[in-house]
Amino acid sequence: MRFTWFNLMPWPHLPDDFREKHHSVWVDIDPNLFDPVKGHQVYNSYLDLLEYAGTLGFDGIGVNEHHQNAYGLMPSPNIIAASLARRTDDVALVVLGASIALYNPPLRVAEEFAMLDCISGGRLVAGFPVGTSMDTNYCYGAIPGLTREKYREAHELIKRAWAAREPFAFNGRYTKLRYVNPWPRPIQQPHPPIHIPGGGSIETFDFCIDNTYSYSYLSFGGYIRGQALMRGYWDRVAERNAPDDSPYRAGFAQTICVADTDAEAERLYAKHVSYFYNRCLHVYPGFADAPGYRTIKTIQKGILSQYAPQTMFQELPWKELVDNGSVIAGSPETVTHRMQELIQKLRVGNIFCLMQIGDMPADKCMHSTRLFAEKVIPKLRNMFPEYASDGRFWCKPLAQRATPGALPVESEPVGAER
Amino acid sequence: MELKTVQTERVPVRYYEGGAGRPLVFLHGAGGLDMDLGFLDSLAQKFHVYAPLVPGYGDSEECIELRDMLDFTLHTWDVVDRLGIKDPLLVGLSMGGMIASEMAAVAPNDVTRLALIASAGLWLDEHPIPDIFAMLPYELPGYLFHDAEAGAKIMSAGTDMSDPKFLQAFLVRNARQLGAAGKILFPIPERGLASRLYRIKAKTLLIWGESDKLIPPVYAQAFQRGIRGAELVMIPQAGHVAPFEKPSEVMGAIARLQ
Repeated sequence: MRFTWFNLMPWPHLPDDFREKHHSVWVDIDPNLFDPVKGHQVYNSYLDLLEYAGTLGFDGIGVNEHHQNAYGLMPSPNIIAASLARRTDDVALVVLGASIALYNPPLRVAEEFAMLDCISGGRLVAGFPVGTSMDTNYCYGAIPGLTREKYREAHELIKRAWAAREPFAFNGRYTKLRYVNPWPRPIQQPHPPIHIPGGGSIETFDFCIDNTYSYSYLSFGGYIRGQALMRGYWDRVAERNAPDDSPYRAGFAQTICVADTDAEAERLYAKHVSYFYNRCLHVYPGFADAPGYRTIKTIQKGILSQYAPQTMFQELPWKELVDNGSVIAGSPETVTHRMQELIQKLRVGNIFCLMQIGDMPADKCMHSTRLFAEKVIPKLRNMFPEYASDGRFWCKPLAQRATPGALPVESEPVGAER
Repeated sequence: MELKTVQTERVPVRYYEGGAGRPLVFLHGAGGLDMDLGFLDSLAQKFHVYAPLVPGYGDSEECIELRDMLDFTLHTWDVVDRLGIKDPLLVGLSMGGMIASEMAAVAPNDVTRLALIASAGLWLDEHPIPDIFAMLPYELPGYLFHDAEAGAKIMSAGTDMSDPKFLQAFLVRNARQLGAAGKILFPIPERGLASRLYRIKAKTLLIWGESDKLIPPVYAQAFQRGIRGAELVMIPQAGHVAPFEKPSEVMGAIARLQ
């Protein structure tokens, strides 16, 4: 099993009446709610937590990309990952990911990922999301009906750029480049492992199966609701006669909080979980799905109640969030048991642990994270022993890596020419 | 009106045809043709009306090859050509007005009469056009109709707009139709038309609902400044969907182009 400690980097200072008074947490969120001086503290605290998790035995620390979003303060995941590359040493840097269709030219992602892989000594796990409709269409202006075509072209460019051994011309519809020749190149060959966050479309299932990419379902709905989608994925893996059904072909994001007892978990974390589910996820439904972004099939199986006028705000209570699996919370025993259920039912080898939740302060987050690392991970580590050697979906760091800050003693100038 | 199919190079195109007289091509808005059928009937009293659907609208086939403004413009000329029409009276509503303007600008000698109703295609920073791509069904009537309450009843055809069945049908249709419209309207409904308006030689009539809240009448004035000799007819007590709300007034204005 591979565990990645993920930080969405939510803004922890949204007002109590945010849902009632504000239109949306994303896209057109009130700019006055962001205070850059507080932002200084928030970013540094979140980076500290990622670094802390990197010392506890997690396999990876994870970041992602969102725009104009108060629950995700990382418009540039690569800036965060670069900072982590220098301050951590043996943990994977999981960038899940960079929205390749939004970079102009998308070659920028090939370059930046190669930089990250070089700086970190081959610790990069790369993610190529299409991006949510909020980010891709509403914030970054990509035309919904052309987004997937643009994404596929960007993917082709990046893969070819990493593989090529001489400069080549790329005549795409969206990107035209006379001399594709990225410097630097990634350490990991032929390319870093690639994970694709998806939302259930068959096209994305096939894309992962055909390219040997790991399919990641990153939702906040929890593992019980996630079962139908993951079953669809595994059915597709079987249908397409993939060479194997390694659990590392899939990943899942889960909100997790651990305390000494179940009651203590509620006492410590309920208000922060509530902050996340009731404020951070307050997205105006008109931004959820630009027409043309999703396929007709996906819409036909979707849940549509969000498109009705919202006349009252119903708070999601702790008990409901825990019972329906949105949140796995409780004592190490309770969490272990539910995590086993998650891992078996969804058949996922990669877990993205969402443990910095809403406005949770750093000390509580550290407590929950440490208990998970010390008392839960060891009990889950060896599930799927038959696939223990499957390294296709994880990074392969250099054995000998540079030590940051290890400059030699400065020498005295010798001779006139110095 | 009769619903027919004409084959073009890229895709079969569905179109309505009816009436007799001078040929008139009507290009629909982003909402499709459903609400304009009554208006087309009245046009057909005086004209030989052709109203093609943008691929993806109604029951028509989608066309991935239509990606940008030039594709839409040339595609619509292809349709006119395949229908065997010469110099039709070209009428466009909203998005259809944008396409019609582009057609008249790229082929100024092939269009002598042009009617633009609440046309899209321009952008004024001081008067941003509301984002139809981020609107929920129940929010639309307020922007489209002079009488929003009556409009809501018409759009939902009596059903509850928060009913899941209604919503699912609405969203599937939206994904097909607005997915196609988005190629030229998302995220800003402007693709450089302002710099090409000077090419239009057609006698041009601008028809605008006085209470258009989607593309307000200030845009009519912008079109008037851009197209030499364009005349403006304002329709009282009409919103963005003026041909639906005031069919005989709009019809009367178009007839002046005869």
